[in-house]
Amino acid sequence: MNHPSPSAPEHGTPHPGDHDAGHSHHGSLRGYLTGFVLAAILTIIPFWLVMGHAISSSLATILIVLGLAVVQIVVHVVYFLHLDTRSESGWNMLAFIFTIVLVVIVLGASVWVMYNENANMMPMSPQYTNHRQGS
Amino acid sequence: MPDRPAIWNFLLGRLSLSSLPLDNMIVVWTFVAVALGGGAVLAAITYHRKWGYLWNEWFTSVDHKRLGVMYMVLGTVMLLRGFADALMMRSQQAMAFGSNMGYLPPHHYDQIFTAHGAIMIFFVAMPYIAGFMNFVMPLQIGARDVAFPFLNNFSFWLTVSGVVLFMTSLFIGDFSHAGWLGMPPVSELRQSPGPGVDYYIWGLQLSGLGTLLTGINFVVTVIKMRAPGMTLMKMPMFSWTTLCTSGLIVVTFPILTATLFLLSLDRYIGTHFFTIGAGGNVMMYVNLIWVWGHPEVYILILPMFGLYSEIVPTFSGKRLFGYSSMVYATASIMLLSYLVWLHHFFTMGSGADVNSFFALTTMMISIPTGVKIFNWLFTMYRGRVRFTVPMLWTMGFLFTFTIGGMTGVMLAVAPADFLLHNSLFLVAHFHNVIIGGVVFGVFAGINYWFPKAFGFRLDEFWGKLSFWFWQVGFWVAFGPLYVLGLMGVTRRLSHFTDTSLQIWFIIAACGGLLILLGILAFVMQIYVSIRRRDELAVGNDPWGGRSLEWSTSSPPPPYNFAFIPLVHERDAWTDMKKHGYQRPLEGFNAIHMPKNTGAGVVLAGLGTVFGFAMVWYIWWLAALSFVALIAVAIVHTFDYDRDTHLSAQQVGEFEHTGNWEPKAQGATA
Amino acid sequence: MNTIAVDTVHSAPREFLCREEAHPQTGTLLGFWLYLMSDCFIFAALFACNAVLGTSYAGGPTARDVFDLPGLAVNTALLLVSSVTFGFAMLEMARQRKRAMLGWLAISGLLAVCFVGLEIHEFVTMIADGAGPGRSAFLSSFFTLVGTHGLHVTVGIVWLVVLMLQLGKYGLTEANRRRLLCLSMFWHFLDLVWVGVFSYVYLVGVLR
Repeated sequence: MNHPSPSAPEHGTPHPGDHDAGHSHHGSLRGYLTGFVLAAILTIIPFWLVMGHAISSSLATILIVLGLAVVQIVVHVVYFLHLDTRSESGWNMLAFIFTIVLVVIVLGASVWVMYNENANMMPMSPQYTNHRQGS
Repeated sequence: MPDRPAIWNFLLGRLSLSSLPLDNMIVVWTFVAVALGGGAVLAAITYHRKWGYLWNEWFTSVDHKRLGVMYMVLGTVMLLRGFADALMMRSQQAMAFGSNMGYLPPHHYDQIFTAHGAIMIFFVAMPYIAGFMNFVMPLQIGARDVAFPFLNNFSFWLTVSGVVLFMTSLFIGDFSHAGWLGMPPVSELRQSPGPGVDYYIWGLQLSGLGTLLTGINFVVTVIKMRAPGMTLMKMPMFSWTTLCTSGLIVVTFPILTATLFLLSLDRYIGTHFFTIGAGGNVMMYVNLIWVWGHPEVYILILPMFGLYSEIVPTFSGKRLFGYSSMVYATASIMLLSYLVWLHHFFTMGSGADVNSFFALTTMMISIPTGVKIFNWLFTMYRGRVRFTVPMLWTMGFLFTFTIGGMTGVMLAVAPADFLLHNSLFLVAHFHNVIIGGVVFGVFAGINYWFPKAFGFRLDEFWGKLSFWFWQVGFWVAFGPLYVLGLMGVTRRLSHFTDTSLQIWFIIAACGGLLILLGILAFVMQIYVSIRRRDELAVGNDPWGGRSLEWSTSSPPPPYNFAFIPLVHERDAWTDMKKHGYQRPLEGFNAIHMPKNTGAGVVLAGLGTVFGFAMVWYIWWLAALSFVALIAVAIVHTFDYDRDTHLSAQQVGEFEHTGNWEPKAQGATA
Repeated sequence: MNTIAVDTVHSAPREFLCREEAHPQTGTLLGFWLYLMSDCFIFAALFACNAVLGTSYAGGPTARDVFDLPGLAVNTALLLVSSVTFGFAMLEMARQRKRAMLGWLAISGLLAVCFVGLEIHEFVTMIADGAGPGRSAFLSSFFTLVGTHGLHVTVGIVWLVVLMLQLGKYGLTEANRRRLLCLSMFWHFLDLVWVGVFSYVYLVGVLR
C-alpha cells in the first residue's frame, strides 16, 4: 500500500470555502438590478406571446414560453439566490443540480407514464369524456 | 354526523360513543391488556419518582445519543405491535378455509394488514434506522452533536405523534383498510367514509415531517461537522450511507407529503385528484406514491448496508474490501432508486416501451447491490472471522438478502411480473429483503453498538438463540408464500376456498411462531443482559472496532469527545491504536453544548391534537391547536439563548469516571 | 497486506487530537437550502398533477374560461418587484443600516400582502362563478398548486413580521442576520416557483 503521506489537517477550518459563504449571499445592487431587468424582459415576452397571439402555432408558443421560463429560473437562481460553485464549498450547487435532475425525472417520467397509461387504458378521448359528463 | 344535539356535533365532531369498537372483543381485550400494561409502566415510573428524570434527561434531551436510544425503544415497541398483527394474519390464513371463516371478519382483517405494513415501515424500520443514524453517525465523524440538536428532538417527537395517532386508531374508531399505501379509490371518501384513512394520513404526515427534518439535519451534520482531516473518502461507510439515505429522504419525503396532502384534499374539501369521475386520475396517486415508495426502500436498506460494512471488517480483522466501490455503489443506488418506481405497477397498462425502460433500470440497480455483496464476502475472505452475534446476523443477511434480491430480479422482468404481481410471491419477496436486510441489520446493529450505548455487552446465548429462531423461522414462514405465489395465490385474502392450499399456510404460521420465539429470545436477551450487566461490562472498545465511536468511553460522555479527533486515515481508530495513542487525562477545555428544551415535546403534542381533531372533524380543536402550534413555534424563535457549556473541570470528571478499561474477559473472543 | 511496511512508514508520532476548541460552524444556511430543495419536490408533485390533470375539465370551465391574464401580469409584477426590494434590504443589512433595511423589508412585505390579496380575490371570484376546486380535476390541481404557493407566501409574510420584530428588538445580531438570509432565500425561491406557475399553469394552460 502506498498511501500519500497525509498532510497535516488544518485546525478548526476543515472547509476553507465556508468563511465567505455568508458574503456571497448578499449580492450587489448591480446584480439585483441586472436580475430584475432580465427577469422583467423574460416575463414580458411570454405574456406578450400569449396575450397578443403573436405566433399562430400554439405548440411553438408553448415551447418558447417554457424555454423562457427555464432561462428566467436560471436568472433568478444566479442573480437573486446567488447560487455559485463557491457557496458552502459547492454543496449548495451539488444539491441544486441533484434536485433539478430528480425534478426533471419526476415531471418527465410522470407525464410519460401517465400519457401511456391513458393512451392504453382510457381509449375514450378527453373530449368524449367531457361530452358525456357535461351532458 | 351522529344524530344528537348540534352542540355535541360541534364539540365532538363525528366522535361518539359508537366510535369505540366495543363490539369487537379482540380489540376490547387488546385495550384491556394495553391499559393494564401501560398503567403498570406509568405506575412504576410514578412510584419510583422517575418522571422528572425522564423529562429532564430524556424527553427534552437534544443529545443525539439519547434520541438514538429513544428511537430504538420506539422501534422495538412498535415491532411488537406490528408483529402481533402479523401473527393474527398468519393464524387467520392458516384456519380460514372452506366453511371455516376464521376469527377475523374481512373488515377487521383488512385493517390488520394495512396497519401491519404501515407500522412496520414507518414506525419500526424508520425509527430503527433513525436511531442508528442518530446514535452512531456523529460519533463516527468525530462530532459533538448533530447540526440542529433541537430539530433532532422535534423530529423524534413528531415520529411519536404519528405512533400515537396510529395506536389511537386501534381503540377509538378504526384504522384504514386501504393497504399500507392507502391506494385510491378505496381510500377516497366515498369508499372509506370512516376515520381510518384520516388516521393513516395524519399519522404519516406528522411522522413524515419528522423524517424530513432528520434527513436535512443529518446531511448538514455529515457535510459540516466531520472531524478535521476526515475527508469524504476517509469517512466510515456507515456515515456514508447515512449521508446518502438522508439525501434520499430530503428528495423523496416531500413527495409523500404532497401525495397524502392531495388525498386529504380529496377527502376533506372534495377536490378530484384521485377520484373516479370529474376528471380525477387514480393512477396518478399510484404513480406519485411510488415515486416516493421506491426510494423509501433504499432509504431503509442503505443504512443497513453501512452497518454491515462496519461489522464485517471489525469481525474479520481486516479493512473493508473495496471501500471506494462501496461508496460509488451507494451513491449510484441513490440516483438509480429514483428511476425504477414503475416496476411496482407494470401491470397497470403503461405499455411495452415504458415497462421495458423501468425493467432495465430495475435490473441495473441490482448491479451496485451485487458489488456490495462481493465486497463483504471479499472482506471476510482470508480474514480471521469471529462468529459473534452481530456477525451471525450479518452472515444470515448475506444469505437471505441475496436470495431476496434474486427473486426481486425475477419480478423486475415485466412479463414475469404480470404473473407474479399482487401474489404471495411478491409478499415473500419483499419480506425476504426487508426482514433479511433491514430486520437482520437492526439486530446486528443492536448487538454491535449496545455495548457502546450502555457499557455492557448483550448476552451471547440468547442472542444466538434469537438469531437461529429468526433465521429458520423466516424461511419456514416465507418459503411457503413463494410456493403459493407461484401457484397464483393473491395477497391480502382473509379466506380461501381451495383447501388443498391449507397445508402451506399452516407451515407459514409455524414459521410465524418460530419468529415469535426469536423475538421473545431477543426480549429475554435484553432482560438477561441487564441482570448480568456487571459480568458483561466492557470498556470503550469491546470488539476491536475501527471507527471513532470506539475511541470514546462506553457510554460516551454528553460531549462525545473531550478533544475533537484529528483524522489521518480511513479507519481512524485503528490508525490511532496502531500509533499507540494514549488518551489525555488533563488539559481539558470548556465545551459548548446545546441546552435541553421541551419545545419539541410541546410542538409535537399540539401536532398530535391537531391530527386527532382533523380525523374526527372537531374543527374548533383543530383550529385552536393549529394556532397554538404556530404561536409556540414563534415564541420558541424568541429564545436566542440555546447554548450552555460544560466547564473544563466537569469534562475532566467525565473523562475520569467514564467506562474505559475493558472489565470483562472474552469480550473480543 | 503489507501492514508492517505501513507501520514503519508512519512510526513518527502523530497528533490525533485538536487540543483547542474550534469555533463550531453554523450549518443553518446549508440546512435551509436543503429545505428549499425538498420543497421543490412538493411543487414538483403538484406540477406533475397539473401536467397530467390540467386538461381534465370534466365538462366544466376550461383554462381559457377562467384565467385572467392581465390580473396575472399584475401579480407577477408584484412578486418580482418584492423580490428585488428584498434584495435591497439585504444590501442595507450588509451595510449595517437597520432603518433602511426595515423599510425595504416592509415594502417587500406589503407587496407580498397585495399579491396574496389579489390571489384570494381571484379564487373567490372563480368559486363564485362555479369554478371551484371541486368542479373538475383541472380546477383541483389549479387551486392546489397556486394555493400552495400562496400559502408559502403567507408563511413568508408571517415570518417577515416576526423577524422584523426581532430585528427591531435585538438588532442585527449574528443570529438575526442568519435568519434574514434564510428568509431572503425563501422569498426568492417563491418568486422562482412563481415563474413556473405563471408560465406553465397559466400561460401554457390557456394554450393547451
